[in-house]
Amino acid sequence: MLELATVQGVSIEGQDIDRCPLAIRGLTVSYGQKPAVFSVDMTVQPGAMTAIIGPNGAGKSTLLKAALGIVSPLSGQVTVFGQPLEDQRARIAYVPQRASVDWDFPTRVIDVVLMGLSRQLGLLGRVRARHMARAMDCLNRVGMREFADRQIGQLSGGQQQRVFLARALAQDADLYLLDEPFAGVDAATEKAIIAVLKSLKEAGKTVVVVHHDLATVVDYFDHVFLINTRKVAEGSVEQAFTAETLQAAYGGRLATAQIDQILRALG
Amino acid sequence: MSGEEFVPLSLTPLLIGTFAAIACALPGNFLVLRKQALIGDAISHVVLPGIVVAFLLTGAISTWPMMLGAAGAAVVAVVMIEAIRRLGQIEPGAAMGVVFTTMFAGGVLLLEQTDTSTVHLDVEHALYGNLESLIWLDAAGWSSLLDVQALAGLPPELPRIALTMVGVILFTWLFWRPLKISTFDEGFARTIGIRTGVLGMALVITAAIAAVAAFDAVGSIIVIAMFICPPAAARMMTNRLETQIVWSVLFATISAISGYVLAGYGPLWLGGADAVSAAGMIATISGLLLALTAVLGPCRTRSGAPSQV
Repeated sequence: MLELATVQGVSIEGQDIDRCPLAIRGLTVSYGQKPAVFSVDMTVQPGAMTAIIGPNGAGKSTLLKAALGIVSPLSGQVTVFGQPLEDQRARIAYVPQRASVDWDFPTRVIDVVLMGLSRQLGLLGRVRARHMARAMDCLNRVGMREFADRQIGQLSGGQQQRVFLARALAQDADLYLLDEPFAGVDAATEKAIIAVLKSLKEAGKTVVVVHHDLATVVDYFDHVFLINTRKVAEGSVEQAFTAETLQAAYGGRLATAQIDQILRALG
Repeated sequence: MSGEEFVPLSLTPLLIGTFAAIACALPGNFLVLRKQALIGDAISHVVLPGIVVAFLLTGAISTWPMMLGAAGAAVVAVVMIEAIRRLGQIEPGAAMGVVFTTMFAGGVLLLEQTDTSTVHLDVEHALYGNLESLIWLDAAGWSSLLDVQALAGLPPELPRIALTMVGVILFTWLFWRPLKISTFDEGFARTIGIRTGVLGMALVITAAIAAVAAFDAVGSIIVIAMFICPPAAARMMTNRLETQIVWSVLFATISAISGYVLAGYGPLWLGGADAVSAAGMIATISGLLLALTAVLGPCRTRSGAPSQV
């Protein structure tokens, strides 16, 4: 059985649920005998950048996938802007883990970005000049405009990640959910991605990122959600990203020295 | 060759072979990309119990009940493969292997237990169609194409496979966008509201129907080859799925026509006396095309794992 340390984070219950971009209640997901996510509540703050953090296998990606209906939960309820998920699909953009797709797939960069417009295009709608212009604009925002005609397998890992982000931008959503967008990317890409995410936040969008690099949490995010199968803590970086919550989430896996280092960065 | 000879003897087998090749190659493009290409092989085995059950129920060897039985068995197999894959969390190849061996074995047992001494239940009848035998004896030449009476004498396999091909083309055209997106990135596809489970099932059922219709007309060897070889060869020619589809149809057509012609005349040109099996030659040509593109195709070099730059 899992050893569970629960530290009460700052609760945001009772807030007007209609404004909440993503509210999860009692979510439990299991792939086999052991639950990957157990009875998790999450309330995402509108217009903020939230990091979902926790050790490997803590259920970070699973939480995101269940919130999006990609995996079916055993129990729990997900509302998006106060409505059932299915009614709000047009307002959500999702960036999966880069390694989750086969980059050998016969398609070009621009075609991947155009996938972000498929809800507008419908089944048989033709890609017109304005769709093309929009896709190129999104590529431009991630600095990939000149790669539009490349086959996606010919890109570096960082470039592939930017293409995925451009596809999400094309969706013109209100809630952006990204799964490990900084995993295995170069420094220039990380900088480019965070700049785009910050511009989304400035435009009033909500951004939720599954994140693994504790050292950058303070620089990049306003809110954190700590998970280790169960929710450990939730709240602003100042309130919920503390030595106590980190120890509770990571247990022995994070050396005290590391935590000290991170917290020194906090100031 | 004059029309008087070509139309009755060669036109219908050529058309049937080509239609069957295209009907299988189109869904094959997606199946190969989804690593489910062995589904053709699986279906060729699972139809056996379906055919035996159809025979037991009707007590007669007739085409329609047997095709329905085969199609029913194929659909059952597809659903079982999908269920095992999802519930058992195992890779599609293993799920197919389990289902098709079990169902084929069940079919063999069923056949053994059935009293088939009075009727010769020829499984090959349904499984291994004979392309060369699909001739149009009522035709006298090209003018017969406009002759209603002669058209009535067309082999029934021709309209069946033509209809199947049209259905497959319609399915591919109508669901092109969701098929492409969900084949590339299933998770993303689900977040934009594509019902990937239903769509994946529809794809394999479409493939199953194409396979059964093609077995009936041309035999299983072509089906298995056409699901894999033309799409795989087409992938070597281009880096765009749209173009890949066109190439795969072209390769399927080339295989069907040149395979049929070579089977009929190749041995004679080489000084032999008899023609060889057209189905075998068509499958061989498609394999040779794949080998050729694997060596010479412009897009055969893959980047492999993305570099961490």
